[in-house]
Amino acid sequence: MIDRKIAPPIKDAIDYTLELKPYELYSLDNNIPVYTIHAGAQEVIQLEFVFFAGNCYEQQKGIAAATNFLLKNGTTKHNAFELNESFEYYGAYCNRSCYNETAVISLHTLTRHIEKLLPVIQEMLTDATFPEDELDTYKQNSKQRLKVNLQKAEFVAGRLIDSYVYGEQHPYGTYTIPENLDNLTVENIRNFYRKYYLNGQCIIFAAGNIPANLKQLLNAMFGKLAVSKPTNSLPNNKTSPAKERIYRVENDPAAVQGAIRLATPFPNRHHPDFKKVVVLNNVFGGFFGSRLMSNIREDKGYTYGIHSYIQNHIQQTGWFISTEAGKDVSEAAIREIYKEMQRLRDEKITDDELLLVRNYMIGGILGELNGPFQIMAKWKNIILNNLDANYFYDSVNEIKTVTADELQALANKYLQPEKFYELVVY
Amino acid sequence: MPTEASAQLKAFSYLCPMIKFEKFTLNNGLRVLVHEDKSTPMAVVNVLYDVGARDEHPEKTGFAHLFEHLMFGGSKNIPVYDEPLQVAGGENNAYTTNDLTNYYCQLPAENIETAFWLESDRMLSLAFSKKSLEVQRKVVSEEFKEHYINKPYGDVWHKLRALVYTTHPYKWMTIGASLKHIEDAELQDVKDFFFKHYTPSNAILVVAGNVETANIKLLAEKWFGSIPAGEKYNRNLPEEPKQTAPRFAEVKANVPLDALYKAWHIYPRTDPRYYIADLITDIMSGGGSSRLFQSLVKEKKLFSSIDCYHLGSTDAGIITIDGKLVKGVDIREADKAVEAEIIKLKRDGISAAELEKVKNKTESAMAFEDMSVMNRAQSIAMYELLGDADLINSELSKYQSVTAEQILEEARIIFDENNCSTMYYLSDNSQQN
Repeated sequence: MIDRKIAPPIKDAIDYTLELKPYELYSLDNNIPVYTIHAGAQEVIQLEFVFFAGNCYEQQKGIAAATNFLLKNGTTKHNAFELNESFEYYGAYCNRSCYNETAVISLHTLTRHIEKLLPVIQEMLTDATFPEDELDTYKQNSKQRLKVNLQKAEFVAGRLIDSYVYGEQHPYGTYTIPENLDNLTVENIRNFYRKYYLNGQCIIFAAGNIPANLKQLLNAMFGKLAVSKPTNSLPNNKTSPAKERIYRVENDPAAVQGAIRLATPFPNRHHPDFKKVVVLNNVFGGFFGSRLMSNIREDKGYTYGIHSYIQNHIQQTGWFISTEAGKDVSEAAIREIYKEMQRLRDEKITDDELLLVRNYMIGGILGELNGPFQIMAKWKNIILNNLDANYFYDSVNEIKTVTADELQALANKYLQPEKFYELVVY
Repeated sequence: MPTEASAQLKAFSYLCPMIKFEKFTLNNGLRVLVHEDKSTPMAVVNVLYDVGARDEHPEKTGFAHLFEHLMFGGSKNIPVYDEPLQVAGGENNAYTTNDLTNYYCQLPAENIETAFWLESDRMLSLAFSKKSLEVQRKVVSEEFKEHYINKPYGDVWHKLRALVYTTHPYKWMTIGASLKHIEDAELQDVKDFFFKHYTPSNAILVVAGNVETANIKLLAEKWFGSIPAGEKYNRNLPEEPKQTAPRFAEVKANVPLDALYKAWHIYPRTDPRYYIADLITDIMSGGGSSRLFQSLVKEKKLFSSIDCYHLGSTDAGIITIDGKLVKGVDIREADKAVEAEIIKLKRDGISAAELEKVKNKTESAMAFEDMSVMNRAQSIAMYELLGDADLINSELSKYQSVTAEQILEEARIIFDENNCSTMYYLSDNSQQN
């Protein structure tokens, strides 16, 4: 008979050597860098055209997102329906996403269709027309979506807490109101397109099953464009954090839950504390076994889930705690969050708990290195944040070696309630 | 057109490598399937239990899902599930649907025995902790509030299911028909449910990743072999009678926009016509060049969003069209416009190019899905539950063989007005513009 009370022996995940498959890098004739990862068994490819055309470049609110979205809604040769059809006929997906610094056009397709799809992307990047009618539909549908979202406490809370941490004028803290959408004009969008796409800065990332002739294809399609290699100088947006620390907002009188957000400003990935704080954050609220989850969900049952995280921003960032808790237990949940901060400040993390977190994190990274898209995501993060090529290995090393004393010191430095904005939206 | 079909099949076998696995059954009835993939350092252990919300008592709904939470509250010999797995570098989660409950974890392959130890102990017996029940009742109540009460349109599926199904247990949501059912759950219910449904013969174990089949056989026998077989649960659910007249419901709620929901009964997952129904939803919606989006959002500007989909349920499911109206549009006008698209489909059918498009989409979606070993493991379990894991390798050819004629024929049957339920979900806050 086996003794079910005894756990089988394990290999500590921290004893694994992790390797991030290196990328290949080449430039097109116009110096646009192309990073590629060739891996995976499926005959699929992911191509991302990353432009420095995000929110932080805009003079008018909402214009970066509108320009990015409407790239696929008309060229001089094809209307929106035809552009969509040219991707969808081949079962391919062409998505647009707009972030703070960057705006991305991505293509996911079976590799064998790539030659038919690149010309469509080229058309979008050189010949988009931004028809008036398409902009009207975009405004109307965006306003309607916004209206629905504004009724969700979690959406409202997310906007407000960002505005406290960064200031409403900062691209990370600003948010859209219906008037911003009303004020968009075709002319302004075309100007933004001209400056930040036609004559913008671009990086291309390709991952998956890369065809042998990809470089020639990309060069033929995109090597003559007027876009240039990124300069690595980002606009210098200054934060203006809110003066008040504590907020309670009623969004819906019939609410049965409160959307709780706590946040404090935090330096970016280049700061020497960053990699160690990532470990501390895991202990605090970064995974299912974290302090916050164990206490506030698994012991008290106040919430379905509670998480802490460092926002994924390039210039500066913030350390956040987020949960939805019953209206009657929201204040109690906040007290418990502060108690958990205090425990991390007052008591050293035990060896067992620290080993668990190290193993969990390393095991997680090991799992994330599984597949070309995930590998590329890791590199993209390093490249777009302008980090050292060793960043990945340094982070892994930090997870393996950071000490309980260091974590306690960091808790004392950062996890101070008076440094946190505190918000509940009911 | 046999030549065309065989050409497609050939292309398929070239592009989508067969997903290979080996299957064996333990003496207690536990089915075990092993899928080796040496390209990853990880292993996936997926345990699927053949029990979902459809197996619940109508007065105790939401229980299958609440029970899923309790599966993490300690088992007979192991006080907590999560910690030892995390120490071994693993992570896990689970989900419950109206049809099934699925538990999955991923960990470094060298530590796979930890997953066997944990999964086998909770299949052997739970600890039935009172504290765990008390806490998880609250956690699930908060989950209920977060997703279904404290959110605009959160109760749509509660109301729509009740309209579409008169008899079959699909008439309630997985989360449950009411908060009260969850709050009232007792420890005896938990015990009864466990011994009725969580038996080896009611489970499917899939192990995938960097593993050796021979070793998995030994581990499966070692950890799961001695679990008593228990009594076999035989499902005997009331069948939904054929709908014979259109149904209609009108709801007023505190939402900013009017919304239209229409649903039609379709076929069980294993019915050959399932694939036809599935492709019909792709023709109607799912992209910027799909029919409903182009006609109703872009050209007629009646909706700000509209989708057509089905839930892939095991028993006979439904096709749903669900759209939010542009402010100011009369919902009856919007409803008529949806009907007009349906009439067009029933009258003219689809073009060869449209058919090719949705087949290409299916092929592409499958290739992306199969990239992750976790997805492959879950698919294998799902197909085994449907009757045969080998179905995973014939799925695409079934889609490839659907013809435009079949689509026309099935569209006419499915979109019969007597098979339709319509729900107007109207905004009652008239002060907004």
